[in-house]
Amino acid sequence: MTEAMIEAEGLTRRLAGEVAVTLVEDASLAVHRGEFVAITGASGSGKSSLLYLLGLLDRPTSGQLWLHGRETATLEEDALAGLRLAELGFVFQFHFLLPEFSALENVMLPMRRLGRLPQPEIAARAAELFSSLGLAGEAKKLPRQLSGGQSQRVAIARALANDPLLILADEPTGNLDTTASANVQTILMDLAHRYDRAVVVVTHDRDFAAAADRVIVMSDGRIRGE
Amino acid sequence: MIGLMPGIALKHLLARRRQSLVSLSGIVLGVAFFLAVSALMQGSENDFIRRLVDNSPHITIQDEFRNPRLQPVEQLYPSGAVEVRRVKPLTETRGIRGYPQILEGLRTEPSLRASPVLAGQALVSFAGKDIAVSLNGMIPAEVNDVSTIQNYMTAGNVDALTVNPDGIILGDALARKLSLALGENVTVTAPTGEVHTFKILGLFHTGRADYDNTQTFADLKRVQALLKRLNRANTIIMKLDDPQRAHAVADGIERRFGYKTVSWQEANEDLMSTLTTRNIIMYTVVSAVLIVAAFGIYNVISTVVLEKQRDIAILKSTGFRARDIRRIFLIQGLLLGFAGSALGLPFGAGLMLVLMQVRLKFPGSSDPVPLPIDWNWPQFAIAVAFAMGAALCAGLLPARKAASVQPVDILRGAQ
Repeated sequence: MTEAMIEAEGLTRRLAGEVAVTLVEDASLAVHRGEFVAITGASGSGKSSLLYLLGLLDRPTSGQLWLHGRETATLEEDALAGLRLAELGFVFQFHFLLPEFSALENVMLPMRRLGRLPQPEIAARAAELFSSLGLAGEAKKLPRQLSGGQSQRVAIARALANDPLLILADEPTGNLDTTASANVQTILMDLAHRYDRAVVVVTHDRDFAAAADRVIVMSDGRIRGE
Repeated sequence: MIGLMPGIALKHLLARRRQSLVSLSGIVLGVAFFLAVSALMQGSENDFIRRLVDNSPHITIQDEFRNPRLQPVEQLYPSGAVEVRRVKPLTETRGIRGYPQILEGLRTEPSLRASPVLAGQALVSFAGKDIAVSLNGMIPAEVNDVSTIQNYMTAGNVDALTVNPDGIILGDALARKLSLALGENVTVTAPTGEVHTFKILGLFHTGRADYDNTQTFADLKRVQALLKRLNRANTIIMKLDDPQRAHAVADGIERRFGYKTVSWQEANEDLMSTLTTRNIIMYTVVSAVLIVAAFGIYNVISTVVLEKQRDIAILKSTGFRARDIRRIFLIQGLLLGFAGSALGLPFGAGLMLVLMQVRLKFPGSSDPVPLPIDWNWPQFAIAVAFAMGAALCAGLLPARKAASVQPVDILRGAQ
């Protein structure tokens, strides 16, 4: 097996308050390159919370998390932001595209922020992503001018903009019709199997989960089995 | 191509076009009024000081002492416990003793021009009308060195007094009151009872009604004779090449000769402090306009921050740092400040041009005069700096709030 792209050991996330709420408890897992992993479970089982922890959007109350072999618990916010920018790609249930920017500009934003490529190359890469995701004619459209499926594909293009090795998707097909859903599913599976990315998807969709290489089942914040 | 953060900031503002325009117009008006009012205030202050400096002596030596004169015994024992009782000053003709010697001493200073004046009250009579005036005896050949009266002559000239020492120069308002004209004779009666007939050799018009109605000028020797104060002058007036040195020079003269010596700054101390107070009030009021405008900016940026919580969360989740987000919203404030300044400056300049066309007749002035407007680059720079500062401050709080958004909180709520 290749090196784990992301590895969690005893991850726990509790919300403090008058009544403490445990979102994730003692979660341990590892996801490798080329792997397509689905996390399933009932609503409130802690799937999304685990995904946010894996995506460095939230900090664990306890436990350890390694991204590409690098311990992340001690990193400052800026360093975490840097990792999210360069090494992670997020896709959410709602496309969450910035409404004032065109589809192409939305995809270019992370690349421009990273600043690795000159402007013409950024535009060329964004156009290439659009083309590969079947969005060639939609580049100049504003998000409100796109269908749900198109918007979600633009969101996937944005997640892939900086060529991340780990893609995290939270219910990416939850808001799409069957055709668009199948399309997105194919893209994400291709990313893992053809492009050797690690893909972690939180989903309620049993068919989608069944197509994954591994399925992690959660309930009450705990991983109950694979 | 526009930078990433400014680009996002601009898109946010353009998305709320109407609200952005309203807050922008606040800055535009603030900058414009700041410029117009400060130019007006600066202009009137400069005009006032210019008139003050031009039309009055820079330094005046008066025939009095700032402190009572020391008795000889006090001078002999300066540190002794001396008490002199029942001192009664001698009755003597008032005036500066030995003024020719003082003048001689003063004239060793090349940047200073001095001339003696004997001023007293007199009555000008003509055709049965009597009007009380201030009669100023001067040395005609020196008048132009220490006074600007020649600049205000509407008929005749001051030099004519050199040729005819029995001449007098009056304000045109006074001449009109007495139905007098150039070349006519007028009778002047002194409080001593002495009467002398003078020929009108010149008429002046300064525009200050009080001055034009009450001031008269004649030869020093004639006035000394009329007032029975031979070889006396009660003031020595001076002009300096650099009027700003008046205070220091006056101090030196007073130390040297003992007579009270007053600079134009000291003579007008109350007016100068009034100008300072006026400036403070003006800058406070005009600044208030910009502060109100800043609240408009705060309002629009706060609204954008509230509306864009989800976008902020997405930007952060894709790797934008907290300081990137803070920068986006600070730039929004700065963009509004910059645009407000860019539009406010020409608007302000236009207002100034309009104000420059306005002519008003002020109380005490006999002619309508244009509003004094002084504009200079520092005023523009201050207006822009203030607008930018206000805009930046207005963006600070919303920007901090935006930077503190935790993406996970927003994303959880959006699911």
